[in-house]
Amino acid sequence: MIIDGSEKSLRKFLSDLPPVDQVGAEARAAMLATRSIKTSSKAWAIDMAISMVDLTTLEGADTPGKVKSLCAKAVRPDPSDLTVPSVGAICVYNDMVKIARSELDRIGGKSLPVAAVATAFPSGRASLAVKKIDTQDAVDAGANEVDMVIDRGAFLSGRSYDVFEEIRVIKEICGEKAHLKVILETGELVTYDNVRKASFLAMLAGADFIKTSTGKVAPAATAPVVLVMLEAVRDYFTLTGEKIGVKPAGGIRTTKDAIKQLVLVKETAGEQWLTPDLFRIGASALLNDLLMQRMKLRSGHYASANYVTVD
Amino acid sequence: MSSLDVNKTYKLFIGGAFPRSESGRVYEIKGANKKFLANPALASRKDLRDAVVAAKSAQSGWANATAFNRGQILYRIAEIMQGRSEQFVEEICALEGVTTKAAKIQVVEAIDTWVWYSGWCDKLSSVSGSQNQVSGPFYNFTTPEALGVIALFAEGKPSLLGAVRTLAPVLAGGNSAILIASESYPLPAITLGEVIATSDVPGGVVNILTGKTSELLPWIGSHMEIDGVDVAGLNKKQEDEIKLVGADNLKRISRFALGNHPERILSFMEHKTIWHPIGI
Repeated sequence: MIIDGSEKSLRKFLSDLPPVDQVGAEARAAMLATRSIKTSSKAWAIDMAISMVDLTTLEGADTPGKVKSLCAKAVRPDPSDLTVPSVGAICVYNDMVKIARSELDRIGGKSLPVAAVATAFPSGRASLAVKKIDTQDAVDAGANEVDMVIDRGAFLSGRSYDVFEEIRVIKEICGEKAHLKVILETGELVTYDNVRKASFLAMLAGADFIKTSTGKVAPAATAPVVLVMLEAVRDYFTLTGEKIGVKPAGGIRTTKDAIKQLVLVKETAGEQWLTPDLFRIGASALLNDLLMQRMKLRSGHYASANYVTVD
Repeated sequence: MSSLDVNKTYKLFIGGAFPRSESGRVYEIKGANKKFLANPALASRKDLRDAVVAAKSAQSGWANATAFNRGQILYRIAEIMQGRSEQFVEEICALEGVTTKAAKIQVVEAIDTWVWYSGWCDKLSSVSGSQNQVSGPFYNFTTPEALGVIALFAEGKPSLLGAVRTLAPVLAGGNSAILIASESYPLPAITLGEVIATSDVPGGVVNILTGKTSELLPWIGSHMEIDGVDVAGLNKKQEDEIKLVGADNLKRISRFALGNHPERILSFMEHKTIWHPIGI
């Protein structure tokens, strides 16, 4: 253990973290974004990105019908082409978990995980008791992954130990049943230093994944933020030998955006992270663009949105 | 006082902005007197792809604007064009080598074309639509609706009128357009882009690419998101080629007789028939 679990040791660890070189991080992310990925590499990247998508619907207007059609799309993104891989997971609100699970099991998606957003998503403004019940509810409903939000208010006012404790308690509820993804909501953390601190804090508290954003706040998964988080994950692996996943979410809409993310992963955390077990992309509109680019590569001509589903 | 010549390197018009070609290329055009005139951008297939994305996302908003509003905006293009007619005359003279008088006539005709089609916007559904008789307690209406994204190969000569003749009817019907300027006579089309950018036309409804027709043609033909093509500026061989590659998505490929006609608007529209119970 690199900290002993006490508030003092956590504070010392976080304050000893080196600051992020803001200009350097932005320049590096921008430089990596210029890399050109073509032909067979692009085909590989598109399939990899599809298998990493956490197909998401987090709207007040979600219905069982919408969730079910999303499940069908998750298992077989392009019904006319069986070589397209299934996506990484389905991501829904708590009350839709049961519906998603039973639908996936019914249509041959037993191995596809269902992720639930818990702990008063997206603001995280509720008492710990409510957050615990929220999480327990998701796990009981059959969620394989829990996406929790941290209390940004507590983090920003310096009460990082409260955040740490909260993540630890939620992790206990998840236990062996569900993976825990911790949403940092980087758009509200203001600085890259905070992103680095929050990343380490979440990993120390037991996160299996660290996730950029809820998708409800802009800016969301910007390239420099993902870079900083990938560096944190890499450094944590060097310190502990433990591999933590990263999930950018929000604002990744095109194949180009997704491939840029994959380049970041390869160049920062390394090739071992290029798997759906350690890297996911939270998105809804992205999948259609990936499918259209895949059609373009196969047929040689530009595809039309008329040939993919309206979600 | 003599001043330094400012040689222009023009850009494309995509999504309401003026980007350089993604490829970074330009090509040289010469005037009728064989002297250097300007460097227009040489669009690549990726510029075309970007233009289609812009045109597609702008199209529904344009089609859903009231026909009256569309008419007003087309009329506005005519107004702005009139203010810049001198520039158009200069460009036409330099490119085509015609007299100032002939160039002026062409500009006036182009402006009239906008006004003519702007008037058609809110009259089209009355003239071409109908209330159909059916044997039941229903109303049955047929109305024309926009097709979608239309690619236009403008004629080379007359350079300005050729561009306006293809563009105006497509906009009047509520389609968005990708105008491929004539390879040898692109200047008036480029200036037309500058006019359109300041005429309240929503960004992306009109996109203008300059470059090699032969390079863009197969990509336009095979692009599944492009619903129709006006082949005014293509020769017979090129027309056959685009028909061949455009068959996959049943692209509507048309060539029109010269002159203004409502049929030019309707060619890039679909007729929709709806039933509605009487008394509700």
